[in-house]
Amino acid sequence: MEKPFAITLDVGSSLANKTGSWRTERAVYHDRLPPCNHGCPAGEDIQQWLYEAEEGGEGYERAWRKIMEDNPFPAIMGRVCYHPCETACNRAQLDEAVGINSVERFLGDEGIRQGWRAEPAAESSGKRVLVVGAGPSGLSAAYFLARLGHAVTIREAGPMAGGMMRFGIPKYRLPRDVLDAEVARILDMGVELELNSKVTDVLEPLEAGGFDAAFLAVGAQLGKRAYVPAGEAAHVLDAVAMLHDLETGEKPLLGRRVAVYGGGDTAMDAARTAKRLGAEEAVVVYRRTREAMPAHDIEVEEAEEEGVMMRWLSTIKKADDGKLVLEKMELDETGFPQPTGELDELESDSLVLALGQECDLSLVEHVPDIEVEDGVVSVGSDLMTGHPGVFAGGDMVPAERSATVAIGHGKKAARHIDAWLRGGSWEPPPEPELASFETLNTWYYSDAPRTHRPRLDTVRRQGTFDEVVEGFDETNALFEARRCMSCGNCFSCDNCYGVCPDNAVIKLGRPGELYEIDLDFCKGCGICVAECPSGAIRMEPEEI
Amino acid sequence: MAEQKIKGYQTGTFVVGNRLLDPEQRSTQARTERSNTLTSGHRACQGCGEALGARYTLDAAMRASGGKLVAANATGCLEVFSTPYPESSWQLPWVHSLFGNAPAVAAGVAAALKAKGREDIRVVGQAGDGGTVDIGFGCLSGMFERNDDVLFVCYDNEGYMNTGVQRSGATPPAARTANTKPVGPEPGNVFGQGKNVPMIAMAHEIPYVATATVAEPRDLEQKVERAIGMRGARYIHVFVPCPLGWGAASEDTIRLARLVKETGIFPVFEAEHGELTAVSKIRRRVPVTEYLKLQRRFSHLFKPEPNTEVLERLQAGADRNIERFGLLADDEGADFPGEATDLARPPEKEQGPPPALVEPDTDSNTSMLLKETHGKPR
Repeated sequence: MEKPFAITLDVGSSLANKTGSWRTERAVYHDRLPPCNHGCPAGEDIQQWLYEAEEGGEGYERAWRKIMEDNPFPAIMGRVCYHPCETACNRAQLDEAVGINSVERFLGDEGIRQGWRAEPAAESSGKRVLVVGAGPSGLSAAYFLARLGHAVTIREAGPMAGGMMRFGIPKYRLPRDVLDAEVARILDMGVELELNSKVTDVLEPLEAGGFDAAFLAVGAQLGKRAYVPAGEAAHVLDAVAMLHDLETGEKPLLGRRVAVYGGGDTAMDAARTAKRLGAEEAVVVYRRTREAMPAHDIEVEEAEEEGVMMRWLSTIKKADDGKLVLEKMELDETGFPQPTGELDELESDSLVLALGQECDLSLVEHVPDIEVEDGVVSVGSDLMTGHPGVFAGGDMVPAERSATVAIGHGKKAARHIDAWLRGGSWEPPPEPELASFETLNTWYYSDAPRTHRPRLDTVRRQGTFDEVVEGFDETNALFEARRCMSCGNCFSCDNCYGVCPDNAVIKLGRPGELYEIDLDFCKGCGICVAECPSGAIRMEPEEI
Repeated sequence: MAEQKIKGYQTGTFVVGNRLLDPEQRSTQARTERSNTLTSGHRACQGCGEALGARYTLDAAMRASGGKLVAANATGCLEVFSTPYPESSWQLPWVHSLFGNAPAVAAGVAAALKAKGREDIRVVGQAGDGGTVDIGFGCLSGMFERNDDVLFVCYDNEGYMNTGVQRSGATPPAARTANTKPVGPEPGNVFGQGKNVPMIAMAHEIPYVATATVAEPRDLEQKVERAIGMRGARYIHVFVPCPLGWGAASEDTIRLARLVKETGIFPVFEAEHGELTAVSKIRRRVPVTEYLKLQRRFSHLFKPEPNTEVLERLQAGADRNIERFGLLADDEGADFPGEATDLARPPEKEQGPPPALVEPDTDSNTSMLLKETHGKPR
């Protein structure tokens, strides 16, 4: 080609110049573990289902299905879970935690309203599994076992399914139509439920019924007893029994003034229930202080809103007709309450004991290789008891007692049972590094204060068991979902694609494969890492 | 395209893209079909702010002009790193001028196109701060004065970086340069010198003057689109950090550009025919030290002891800008980047979902030297 004066080379593109060779570090897309997921006892992938919900519309069903992969009770969880996810949420360090629980409830309710069904079970494995107890743990295990293709039969001693979700959690926190709908969805998968059939010795049905494995989840249904000297006319009841009777249609006679002894969630439930049954005064007597109370803050707060009164640092010395004798306590240096000898009186027509619960473990009494320690069954990390093929979970094993933990146990047990039945073992996948607040670039998130769920007017909480906490409408739920910062996980904001001075980020736009670093040209400046809002990219040294 | 501010969509319009927005509402830089006017393989340093600023600007100009665009480029880093003979990183018609005559070359290109009846083709002139503020200033002022149909863009990295970090008329006070230190014990540039070209451009009463930073590509893109939609002399001054010349980490380029605005050191505004029409409000105000301490050119202000006198003078300069341009968000809805508080027109209706938003606490009376806030720019 004829070239102009003093020009000897053709014009070329700088694309021939592979500046990637300058690099000593490279940017790598790297998912970190969001703190919400890390904190969830049921192992939900919260960041992922919020990601789906953020899109609204059809995203809600995808979000719901995502929850259902880890927890069959979105609508129940959205009401009764004490949401450790929100406690762990990084957004709390920016303004306020994302209202994960509210969004979950919205999705759960949407699932019920739209009649979304659980995924069909996998191909039949030909194995049969017995689940003892139709509480959160048993139902959860049944659901996950059915998904894995096993035939499941649940034997439940009581007249209705739900366990403590029905007999322990009052209606005003969990309406029964919600509970029934989510239980029915599991039974629709082909899970058999036998009510009123108490298992007295677990080995008997295992041998007679042709089951290949068993999961025990009988819960902790017995109220703990404490010795309280009581006069003949004193009216003393047990909180667990009271809540149970209420559910089966027996209205306990409590009188005008009710005292509740204990400081846990059950004590709050009992006191709030007493109020609803017509008690003018409900007083919680607890031997320690509010700070030391095991009840969750929200329960105490709602109880106080409803007029429940608290007597801190008090023990009950004696119960008599119409009155209690209390002894004042004081905290010693270690924070433990010590009696002072100072007595006081409290007028009360009845005393409800809410001092914790114990398990009825008679079904394993005759199994020599199942060990019981401190009133609970010993299990391995795979939730198997000492007896091969017999697994246990929920309140009857050593762990925190909550519905969410129980549901998590059900899922975990199902995975181990499945592996055991197939002659293998299940290893949990390695946990990625935690997405801490420091890994985020929070500049990029909109200023968006949290929306709280409205609560029922306190007047209407006096005489009815109407649900106290109200739900979100779609606008609120969508807004709240979009407050999620997607910690540690790409949410396709295009920042990396935009901020690279070398056009070395390729936008693929395929699901799960959103971007790719073009290593031919990436100089390793690290801007994409610094400007990634969610901390989903990191620098890794090049091997030189 | 009308300016749109979106709230409540997780990141709103803070990020480059945002999958929750309609494709039309996303930035030019979020598009796979962006022009990449300055393509890969250029020899700019790691984390170069100027390379970023040039691509943001010209990609937006290409989109706004329908791909009918010519660029005239002064000598300087941008030219050297993009066009070592015979390679070029430019993916648009591009002409290299002398160091000092880019505005004149651009004006000539515009005149030639006019003579050919091709005024549909738009012309951009571009240079660094050396080529704009110092060496090309006479040509620039002439281009303004004649109201030539050129959009001139200055990528301001506050010094001659191509020739080894020398002082320019845009180098800020107290910044150390490699070999143009003032006489005396203090290594930093002296106070009371330098010029503010955006203000000088306004004094020419040209149709459009704007400032922007590479930290807010949406804001920059909107300004370029606006400018391309106008005729006559237009000027955009883009703040582009230089990791090498400033002694900053390469990953801090955007962060520095964000902080320079959030401290008030670099006011981001628009002006038409000599009148200030809009300012971009500070979202999370921070003291100037947050910006200065990331750069080695200011390290002498912190070691061995903090030079409080100089730091206070620099803070006072930022405070003066804040006062002079009204940079603090005093009304609702003004704390989003690029969300100009329009001084001339009533605010437009907001896009996006209805949930009410409460503005973060921005107390204009609080001394920012003491105030630490969560979620501050980093």
